[in-house]
Order: sequence, then C-alpha cells, then structure tokens
Amino acid sequence: MERRTALARLSDVAAQTGPLLGRLYQGARRVADDWSARVLGSDFEERVALLEARYRLAQDPFGFDLDTARKAVATCAVFHRLYFRTEVFGIENVPEGRALLIANHSGQIPIDAAIIGCSMFLDATPPRVTRAMVDKWTATLPFVSMFFNRVGQVVGLPENARRLLRAEELLLAFPEGTRGISKPFSKRYSLEDFGQGFMRLAIETETPIVPVAVIGAEEQYVSLGNMSWAARALNLPVFPFIPQMFLPGGQLPLPTKYRIHFGEPMRFFGDPEDDEAVIADKVWLVRQTVSHLLAEGLRARKSVFF
Amino acid sequence: MSGAPSDAVIVTGVCGRLGRSVARALHRKMQVIGIDRRDFVGRPRDIEHHVLDLRSKRVRDVFRRPGLRALVHLGVMHDPRSSPEEHHAYNLLAVQHLFECVEQFQLPKVVVLSSGNVYGPRPENPQFLKEDAALLAAGRFSDIRDLVELDMAAQSFFWRNPKTETVILRPSHILGTVRNAPSNYLRLKRVPTLLGFDPMMQVVHQSDVVTAIRLAVEPSVRGIFNLAGPPPVALSQALELLGRTPVPVPHAAARFAVERMFRWRVTSFPAPELDFIRYVCMVDDSRARQELGYEPRYSLDQTLSAVDD
Repeated sequence: MERRTALARLSDVAAQTGPLLGRLYQGARRVADDWSARVLGSDFEERVALLEARYRLAQDPFGFDLDTARKAVATCAVFHRLYFRTEVFGIENVPEGRALLIANHSGQIPIDAAIIGCSMFLDATPPRVTRAMVDKWTATLPFVSMFFNRVGQVVGLPENARRLLRAEELLLAFPEGTRGISKPFSKRYSLEDFGQGFMRLAIETETPIVPVAVIGAEEQYVSLGNMSWAARALNLPVFPFIPQMFLPGGQLPLPTKYRIHFGEPMRFFGDPEDDEAVIADKVWLVRQTVSHLLAEGLRARKSVFF
Repeated sequence: MSGAPSDAVIVTGVCGRLGRSVARALHRKMQVIGIDRRDFVGRPRDIEHHVLDLRSKRVRDVFRRPGLRALVHLGVMHDPRSSPEEHHAYNLLAVQHLFECVEQFQLPKVVVLSSGNVYGPRPENPQFLKEDAALLAAGRFSDIRDLVELDMAAQSFFWRNPKTETVILRPSHILGTVRNAPSNYLRLKRVPTLLGFDPMMQVVHQSDVVTAIRLAVEPSVRGIFNLAGPPPVALSQALELLGRTPVPVPHAAARFAVERMFRWRVTSFPAPELDFIRYVCMVDDSRARQELGYEPRYSLDQTLSAVDD
C-alpha cells in the first residue's frame, strides 16, 4: 500500500510539473530562437541553403566543409554581433564572382579575418564564403590546420590563390602579413609595407581588388612589443608582450567596437611579370586606399568601445 | 606467339600485382616480355617471362631481340623491411643497367613508374603540385631517396637521349590489390590517424594506372605526367566511406610508437611516412589529361573499396 501511495504521489507531482516543465522548455526555446535570430539573423538557414549547391554537391579540393563552417560562423556571430558589435560599411562593393579583399592586419590573433568572413556570410547578399590566405606555419599546427582547412582557409601560395580565383572564389589576403598582425599598440593604424604577390596575381587573373579597412581590431590587445627571444625559443613567428594577459579574463580581447569599411573595387591591368617598381606603384595605390579608408573611419569614430 | 614480332614490350617487375595487370592489359595487343626475380604464377601462355635479376648481364640478351617497341620499368623494390643500402643499390643499379640497354639497342620508348610521393608531403606544399615542382620527399624521409633518384635518373635519361621517348609517370596513392603503403594502411581495421590533422588526399585505382601505362606506351608521347584519380577527399571522409574506425593519436606519440614498432618489426610503416597523413601531397594531373588522354574511370567509392578486393 505504502508503495502505491508513494507512486500515486509521484505521478501527481509529474502531472503538475510536467506541463510546467514543458512551458519552461518552450519558453527557453523561444528565447534561444529569438536570441539566435538576433545574433545570426532570421535568414541564417536560407543563407546556408544558398551555399549548399556550390559547396556540398562537389567536394572542395581544399577541404572546405559547409557544416563546420556553419558552426564556426554561428560561434563567431556572437563576437561579431554582441561582443564587438561590428558595423559594416559598403559591403555591397564586393563584386560577384572572383574578388580579392585586401585588408589591414592587426590584433595579435587573426580575429579580423574571422569577423570579415563572418560578415561576408551573414551581412552580404548573396552570402559568400571567404577564403583567407593563411601563413604556411599554421599548416604544422594540430587542430588549427584541420579547422582552417574545413572553414575554407588555404595556405597563402600563389598556386593556391590562382586556382581559387579561377573557380570564382572570394579571397582575403593581408599583404602586411605577420608584421601587421603583431604590431605594437604605438603603431596602431599605421600600415606596414605591403607584399607584391597579391597585385601580380590580381593582374594575371583579372581580379578586382576590394580594399578593406578594419577598425577596432588594433585596440583589442594592447601589445607593448615583440619578445623576439621568446619567439625564437618557442619557434614562433612572433611573441607579443601583452600585459592584460596577466589579468583574470584578460585573455579575451578587449570589447572594442569593430567597424569594417569596404572600398570600391579597383581593377589593374598590365603585365603581371612586370618590374618590381611598376608593380610597387600599383601596390602603393591599394595601400593608400586602405590607409585613406582607415583615416576616414577613424575620423568618424567617436569612441574605441562604442 | 601472338602479336607482330615488331611489336614487343619489356615489362620489368611483371610479377607484382601491378605488373601482372599491366601484362594482362597489353598482351593481347603486343608481345609482352616479362623480367622479374620472381616466378610468374598463372602466366598467360603468350607472355614470355625471364626470371632474372635486373642487374645481371643476361638482361642485355632480352633486349637483343628485334622489334622491341618499349620498356616499361615497374621493377622498383619498395620493401621497407630490406636494408636501405641494398634497396638503394638495387633500384639505382637496375635502372642504370636498363637505361644502358635501351640506349644500346635504341628502343623508341621507355616508361618509368615513379610516384607522386617524390614531391613529399610538406606544410609548404601548394594544394596541387605540378610536374615542375621540386622533388623534396627525401628531406624528411631519407629512405625514399632511391625513388627520388630513380625519377632523377629517368629525367636525365630523357634529356640525354632525345631519340628515345621517355615517359615518367607520377601517380598519387595507388589503391587496389597492390601491397603498397597506402593500400595496406586503408586495409587496417582500426586506422591510426594523427590527432588534429586531416589532410586532403588523392587516391587512384590501380586499373586507372594500368590504363595510363597503356596510353604512355603509345608512340609520340613523352615527358613527365602526374596521375590522380577521382577528386581529392579528406582522410577522415575516406575512412568514413570505407567504414573504418579512426584512432587519433597525437603526432609525437605516434612517431615515438611507430619508430619503435618499426624497429621491433611490429609494423611495416616507417615513422617518416606519418607525414603523408599529416601534410598535403597532391598532384595536378591536367597535363596527363590533355596530352596523354588519361581519364580516371573509377569513382572515389570504387577506388577506396578496391583495397578490400
């Protein structure tokens, strides 16, 4: 008897709390849906579907995987929309088909690339997959190399870039390279020298270049300089000294406000094998344009954080 | 004897699994003469076979017959177990001797089966290597140097003897009944992979390689040709398609273990071969498709499942 009443009571509890839990669950789901719609946009699934035809039916030779990319974008969107509250200007300047995004590189770790990629996925119409050119060194890192492959990054070699551009992909390159990303706080928003490879490639493949200025990334980590001895000891390209790393929670970047300015596409013609000096002039034009976009963006900015 | 006497081809290493397929693909169209240290079990009657060491003087006598059209050199020793010194000497002396014979008897064609592995898996590799890429495999994996030097020897022969059409084939990982490292690797039930690495891979069905060799024997083709099969696939996907269980191991631990297991003869995979499942080593075969008329017939599924045939 005892047992039966106990069971009866349990079932009473279940009957009473069941719908309550159900309602709670429904509520939680609604909040989660609202929240993901706010972060990812209500049309996220449609955006993924638009890319399906291109990337799921035929295996990408560089290992891009739409499912991984989808999850990566969903995660990155939290930073893009909530943490850095990115404002995007002129994204309609990115032409359809092959294009080369040339941006300033900054911020110690390549969050700028992730945010640009996220923005091309979530804010551009139609959505685009951004193939960033990464350093060869990253291919030696476990997990990093695997993840980079799957989200569409490729080792930055002219052969790879040529192949992708011929397949009408959107490439992202940072001609400042490692020198750009690791620059100390005192040199923020001053561009390092640009490499020339991207220009020869753009001329050869008749690709429009879209200059991009990323504002906000340069303040996310305050680096006081490069500890070259530590970099040598650990066999790393650079080892920045970042005091905030020693504070609790300081490992996260500072929640600066990101602003991305896409300039108008630039087209270059001529001989891709031309003299250094001729190519350098064209590279200078692109560098000046990025520099100009940065200067204008900085002038319009009222605060680093808002 | 079937086939016109003016239409004979010498195939070295004819008793290997690939060699037998090549012999079968050619023997109805031309006279096939096999040279191997092994016996040709189940030899079709119209194939002439000589049990010879490729370095021996009597190989020259095989070349003495009139109407030879081509030499197909497949007799490359790949056994990772034999001493590297013997390996190296055998492979290089054999090819040197064969090239001397070809030169002396003015054969119109030589086909050498090299490998796409001679480029070497490297983090700096472009996704697809063209034929003019440097052969850097021996930098990290010194025991592969005889394969690299064999390829080089064939290249120098190509330049020294313009009267002979030299063809060097560099296929990506050949899969099938062959007992090579990639096929053996995919035959494992639990396949060790490197934790955090999932490179893109190219595989090619052994029958597609046989077709390429057949095309290369045709007159007026010369040069170096990369060969790839179906479109590339990530290692993890290949294992999934084959229904194998991947066992991810950190690279340092895997290297440590494989080095010792190889020394204790538990495994036949030398430790430097781990780079093939770590970094990319894929080839661009557009040249073979255009100039050789090569077109792989086997799909990815068919190619992968060929290891279980």
